[in-house]
Amino acid sequence: MPRLIKDGAIVEDRWTLLREPASLAALPAEMPIIVPVALWKAERTELASHREVGVWLKPDDDPDALADDIAVLPLIAIDFPKFTDGRGYSIAQVLRDKHRFAGELRAIGDVLRDQLYYMRQCGFNAFAVRADRSLEDALKGLTDFSDGYQATVREPIPLFRRRAAGPLRAPAAAANDP
Amino acid sequence: MYRYDDFDHRLVAERVVQFRDQTRRFLAGELTEDEFRPLRLQNGLYIQKHAPMLRISIPYGVLSSKQLRKLAHIGRKYDRGYGHFTTRQNLQFNWPRLEDAPEILAELATVEMHAIQTSGNCVRNITTDHFAGIAADELVDPRPWAELIRQWAALNPEFAYLPRKFKIAVNGSTVDRAATLVHDIGVHAVRNETGEVGFRVLVGGGLGRTPMIGYVIREWLPRGEILNYLDAILRVYNRFGRRDNIYKARIKILVKERTPAEFTRAVEKEWERLRGGPATVPDEEIERLAAFFEPPPYARLKADDAGLRALLADNRPFGNWVKRNVFAHKVPGYAAVTLSLKKTGVPPGDVTSDQMDTIAALADRYSFGELRVSHEQNLVFADVQQPELFRLWAELKGLGLATPNIGLLTDIICCPGGDFCSLANAKSIPIAEAVQRRFDDLDYLYDIGEVSLNMSGCMNACGHHHVGNIGVLGVDKNGEEWYQVSIGGAQGEGAALGKVIGPSFAAQEMPDVVSRLIEVYVERRHEDEHFIDTVRRLGLEPFKERVYATAH
Repeated sequence: MPRLIKDGAIVEDRWTLLREPASLAALPAEMPIIVPVALWKAERTELASHREVGVWLKPDDDPDALADDIAVLPLIAIDFPKFTDGRGYSIAQVLRDKHRFAGELRAIGDVLRDQLYYMRQCGFNAFAVRADRSLEDALKGLTDFSDGYQATVREPIPLFRRRAAGPLRAPAAAANDP
Repeated sequence: MYRYDDFDHRLVAERVVQFRDQTRRFLAGELTEDEFRPLRLQNGLYIQKHAPMLRISIPYGVLSSKQLRKLAHIGRKYDRGYGHFTTRQNLQFNWPRLEDAPEILAELATVEMHAIQTSGNCVRNITTDHFAGIAADELVDPRPWAELIRQWAALNPEFAYLPRKFKIAVNGSTVDRAATLVHDIGVHAVRNETGEVGFRVLVGGGLGRTPMIGYVIREWLPRGEILNYLDAILRVYNRFGRRDNIYKARIKILVKERTPAEFTRAVEKEWERLRGGPATVPDEEIERLAAFFEPPPYARLKADDAGLRALLADNRPFGNWVKRNVFAHKVPGYAAVTLSLKKTGVPPGDVTSDQMDTIAALADRYSFGELRVSHEQNLVFADVQQPELFRLWAELKGLGLATPNIGLLTDIICCPGGDFCSLANAKSIPIAEAVQRRFDDLDYLYDIGEVSLNMSGCMNACGHHHVGNIGVLGVDKNGEEWYQVSIGGAQGEGAALGKVIGPSFAAQEMPDVVSRLIEVYVERRHEDEHFIDTVRRLGLEPFKERVYATAH
């Protein structure tokens, strides 16, 4: 079974990513799948009747289109066609902060060690690191920084408010996963 | 100036550790060139013609003497003993080794400096008025706000992979000395009808391939909302800015294609969601930051120094320098002094390590150990006692830093150009020098008066050629270097983009071309008209006629 990073640890991935809708028929009936948003929109009742279903978004898909599905979706994945395409960071922010999505938010595609810290700050908690790279190595990327200035999904209180509140938390505590 | 606390120190230290490891992995073949490129760019490292170029961030142009000494040391140890100040108020080294970059960053961290986001598709160094805190026309000191925005921008996880680079300038005066109209975002302190200070926000200005003046998308923003509003603008840009074509990826294209009204609606909608949220800035935070920029312990001086007046009357060279290079200060008896980095024969903006050390010593002696970098690529001592001006002038003259040409034709803004930069189509430094040599007669230079000549070696417009009264752009024609000339550009409140006068010129024609443009002005100006006023009154025609009648 393939593996990925989730909540700060390397775990087995029980989900199958369906890049092309056409390949659905070939999959075992009960296998949990992550489907393109268009397929979800068209066939959500049927899809979810006998299996777990997650949805994946391309960077130009509108996260607002999932507003009514947030409560039922256990997993949303956001695709990074290239690691330099930063749209997924803002989509993650919108899903977590605006729509209060609380399920697994997974980065898929060109997902590499040196972007993981930023991704996690924006609300991703799962990282399907590119298959040709070491997960053990990528895991180190999550702890590049112990804290940041901004209000983010992961740390909604910006540093200036925490500075004002008193001594900052110790870096060691900040580096731990929730 | 702003001083790091434990948090800031730790962040920069962690950045050094991160980049050291990234560089190691690149050199070991674990990161490809394509994977490493954005990482090194966001640490200021370009690969240039002859060697890497390292661009060091000088937040809003404010520098301590201690930091300048460190830069001098780095120039000596890792480079060829000099650095180049840029139009983004930063400093570039043109000859470091890639392998040394992590060590240079570690040295910078010891003096609270870094190279974070000085390049790459992210928010770049925040710039502001180099006379911040001392100008009489100032409404708000922009430095605490620039520092607030610097912290918001630094390693901002959501906006590290934007469609293209992103430049923000803050201005706190009634006069715009920060070129805010040609920035991706310009922020102006303004009062509303009840007298409350807030910000006017402009978006979509910029130079480069498609130069544009920014649109005002909000006339008055409550000041505490500034970070929420920046988040809203950047989020709209990050999601919808074009990524299919590098030449159409700046925010100005998004604003234009969507129309400013549509773009504004999208931003306002996003802001409504964020308004009043955790990133709203309380007054206490601004007061905390403002405390770093408290006025230095000024002496009580007379507003009018008799000794200085006598010297001005007696000594014409000194008088010229005071007239051109000294700026009024709001505190009686003080003045701001611009050190000209535009001496003929020296590439504009270049300073040697030895000069840096001496400048640092002078800053300690004359200006509370601080200096500023202007976006015109000069240095400023902001707090000099007027009775000391003569002594300072004599010292600066000895260093070659007292050329009395600020705001004049030879105070040329110029990028490194084809001598150094791999993007350039043409050299720019030799053209600047040829023009400076042509106008070496100070009397004539003074008679011509204020005129800006800005020169870029390519479309990227690092030399801000579009907003020069005279703009020069290096272009490539079948592998040869040619120069396209525009006139009528201006920065500041009346910012305007210059218009191209016609076919481009060969390098050796350029001094003549500039001479002819100036001749038309001198012959046809009205009393009290600067070059730009005459161009605006007469239009391009008479200038074109003169230049092309004889040059071609």
